[in-house]
Amino acid sequence: MTPTLQTESPTPAVAPAVAGGGGTSRALRAARSIAAKAVGGLVVLWGAATAAFAAQLALPGDRATVILNVRAGQAMKRTPEELAGVIEQYGLDHPVILQYLTFLGGLARGDLGNSYQQYRPVWDVIGEQIGATFALTFTAIVLAWVLMVVWVTLTAGRRPQVRALGSLAETVTAGLPHYWLGIILMLVFALGLGWFPVIGGTGLHGLLLPALTLAIPLAGFMGQATRAAFETALTQPFVISARMRGMGDLAVRLRHVLRHAVLPAVTLSGWALGATVSGAVVVETIFTRPGIGKVLVTAVNAQDLPVVTGIVVVIAAAYVVANLLVDVAYTLIDPRLRTS
Amino acid sequence: MTTIQDTPAPTRTRRLPRVRWTVALAVGVVAFFALAAAAPQLLATHDPTALDLTASLRAPSLDHWFGTDESGRDLYSRVIHGTRESLAIGLGAAGVSLVLALVLGSAAALAHRYLAGAVNRFVEILFAFPTLLFALLLVAILGPSATTQILAVGIGSAPGYARIVRGQILAARRSGYVEAAVALGHPRGLILRQHVIPNAVRPLVAVFTLCVGQSIVWASSLAFLGLGVAPPSSEWGALLDAGRTYVTHAPWLIVIPGLVIVVLALAATAIGKDIQARLESGDE
Repeated sequence: MTPTLQTESPTPAVAPAVAGGGGTSRALRAARSIAAKAVGGLVVLWGAATAAFAAQLALPGDRATVILNVRAGQAMKRTPEELAGVIEQYGLDHPVILQYLTFLGGLARGDLGNSYQQYRPVWDVIGEQIGATFALTFTAIVLAWVLMVVWVTLTAGRRPQVRALGSLAETVTAGLPHYWLGIILMLVFALGLGWFPVIGGTGLHGLLLPALTLAIPLAGFMGQATRAAFETALTQPFVISARMRGMGDLAVRLRHVLRHAVLPAVTLSGWALGATVSGAVVVETIFTRPGIGKVLVTAVNAQDLPVVTGIVVVIAAAYVVANLLVDVAYTLIDPRLRTS
Repeated sequence: MTTIQDTPAPTRTRRLPRVRWTVALAVGVVAFFALAAAAPQLLATHDPTALDLTASLRAPSLDHWFGTDESGRDLYSRVIHGTRESLAIGLGAAGVSLVLALVLGSAAALAHRYLAGAVNRFVEILFAFPTLLFALLLVAILGPSATTQILAVGIGSAPGYARIVRGQILAARRSGYVEAAVALGHPRGLILRQHVIPNAVRPLVAVFTLCVGQSIVWASSLAFLGLGVAPPSSEWGALLDAGRTYVTHAPWLIVIPGLVIVVLALAATAIGKDIQARLESGDE
């Protein structure tokens, strides 16, 4: 790429030409790397879709009977007439490979199939609830970042006791199960102090406790990765030179060290989206919040597999998008990656 | 998606506080629960199934250390008697997870490059699924039970550990001593048996310990959602599920079993990290 760019700007104005040429090829390279990541993401989605399809086949017993049983909520023998209707509706008499291709084709058009139990498209069932879950996970990730940055900036690279306390807190919070933390927060702040409503609701006020339940373990988890990077960065020459220029300790930490230290946590954030959605299932149950977590638990209980697998595919898609965003964020934070 | 590979795996974080008493405490906690699993009658203060309707929903006291449930059963004794089943689920899930991780991880590291690439890609795809989501998918297929919990949690957490196994084997293969063995003309099978496998497997002791703690937490999360062992059992997850109903009136019924799980999981983590730190310092 670079040669063609050089022929476009053979002028003696060297500096701008080099900068401009570098910029364009850099953009191309970035675009190519993003495209490669997008293809990788498609492979992940295809894997998720295949797993989802295989799961529907894996239900023990005759599929048409299973679907009828799930609908009725009880297991019994079915007449051929009853079965014929279901076989017709879901195309169960077609060869498996054709069913698989139909399923993939449907997904490509955004059709996640039909709920066994609710007689309507899975997308309608999920679509109503997904906003609440994304609001929750997004708030949780933002809160986790705030908690983590404040905690690490305050405790990393201080006296040994403070450091030990800092990393002990991270180890403990990272290991807390969501159901337990959620119950404790609810008992203390909602039932005990009465600061928050017991039942979450959709308002901002009701969002805080559920989001904190997800954010605290995540902050501990990201904090472990950030602390190591933070303490390494504190010993770097650029920190010493900043201090020599008379920069204050807090300013050094926030302006120079943090930028280097947050990279592992940025990577973790993409992964964290999946993890917080997992946690959201539990948190929505504790705080009786609407969301796909509750839909998922109900569907798992009823063995309504199209809804379960639909949620799996949607979350896999969210995960892929989040990781693409993380890659973009990475290059924004670390300019070195743009040239390398 | 490849960026995930750069992530320090959760279990490999260094910089733990090198305080000996935490490890001693953790070993004590694990020993206590091991005894409870082996001989619950030694530690229990009451009959875990004895009903006493005159003493229902009592708060923790000197007589009932953890309080009583809605039928007046002593919660402490129920926790002690539930230990065996809870540990069995945790150990079983960790076992399933580790066997799968060994198979997938060594295939991804040692097989012919095309197969290895395919396995590696497969593991990355599985890793994209959150553990609990994966477990829920399996529960939907198999229906809730203790066996399902073991399989669901074991399979759900395997991809993460498979990546660790692959990393360990690759690190051992690239090490100086393997290079030396190759230079000495040792056959490939011998090098694998004598150098690569022992050095790759040793760190897994630490991984397994961490995995048991995590498995108990995941299994209890499933139980909390009502997808575990059915409530008459005093398995810890079942206690959580049963306690949910009384969260406003008798919070100890859910807080204490949860605390027991947290304490055991933290103890397992502390021991696992200590083993890891010892192995790492031994390598240097």
